[in-house]
Amino acid sequence: MPHDHHDHDHLSPSGHPYRADDDTPLTYWQTLEIAVRELLIDKGVTTAATIARQIDVMDARSPANGAAVVARAWTDPAFKSRLLTDASMASRDMGFDIGPLRLIAVENTAQIHNIIVCTLCSCYPRNLLGLPPDWYKSRAYRSRTVREPRAVLAEFGVTLGADVTIRVHDSTADMRYIVLPARPAGTDGMDAAALAGLVTRDCMIGTGLPLAP
Amino acid sequence: MTRVRVHTYMPPGHVRTPAYLRGKTGVIERALGPFPNPETLAYGLPGARTDLYRVRFTMAEVWGDMAETPTDTLDAEIFGHWLERLD
Repeated sequence: MPHDHHDHDHLSPSGHPYRADDDTPLTYWQTLEIAVRELLIDKGVTTAATIARQIDVMDARSPANGAAVVARAWTDPAFKSRLLTDASMASRDMGFDIGPLRLIAVENTAQIHNIIVCTLCSCYPRNLLGLPPDWYKSRAYRSRTVREPRAVLAEFGVTLGADVTIRVHDSTADMRYIVLPARPAGTDGMDAAALAGLVTRDCMIGTGLPLAP
Repeated sequence: MTRVRVHTYMPPGHVRTPAYLRGKTGVIERALGPFPNPETLAYGLPGARTDLYRVRFTMAEVWGDMAETPTDTLDAEIFGHWLERLD
């Protein structure tokens, strides 16, 4: 038996339980969304193809965009300065279509470690990094990160000394945040493309550190 | 650094000032400029352009004796009408 699930009558050939069907009634908000979308299409304000294309555009955004921004900042001091002054403009300068995103970059140093959370909902720089990980939207992450960030970081495998100040950023309103991690040691000869491969999604949220070269 | 205290209002409706920061004192980290007020925007009404600030609090101020590390900090965006200037 691959796994020790208790109800052996409901196992799929993989040894995992079958997932329950989600054929529950629509919620009020799901019904409202469908109604508004269909009205917009009926009245010619938009088309189903346009909506599908926008979903594709969002799905095409990924942490690789942010990794390119971070790697450029590690290799181009003038760009890093622009990024820390106006991260939206700096990202657009690199050719990323981030729409109306208002982005702030916060820099990790030997003395400062930044971590991002949205306690009120799940604000995330989607227009640059794509959709957030599920845990970012969980009540546990949202409530614990402002209360015990070091304990949360330790669960992500990041243990910081008492000489490092942690700055938690609760994105409560109109700004979105990206952490500019410190460039890892031993990367002197690497170009921006290679460096981008060390930049993980989590290190741009602040729950991780860049990979070692 | 301008010191501010977050008002302790508890109004009904859509408010983007976290309850855990109400009554807490911090410093203005930076002014972000005016943004539409979400408290009316959320109801389909015009959102009056309202100044938004990033306010930095110490964990000691936010959590008191329960703070995990008192000198760590927490920054949040808070609209000006929620802030009382102390200086």
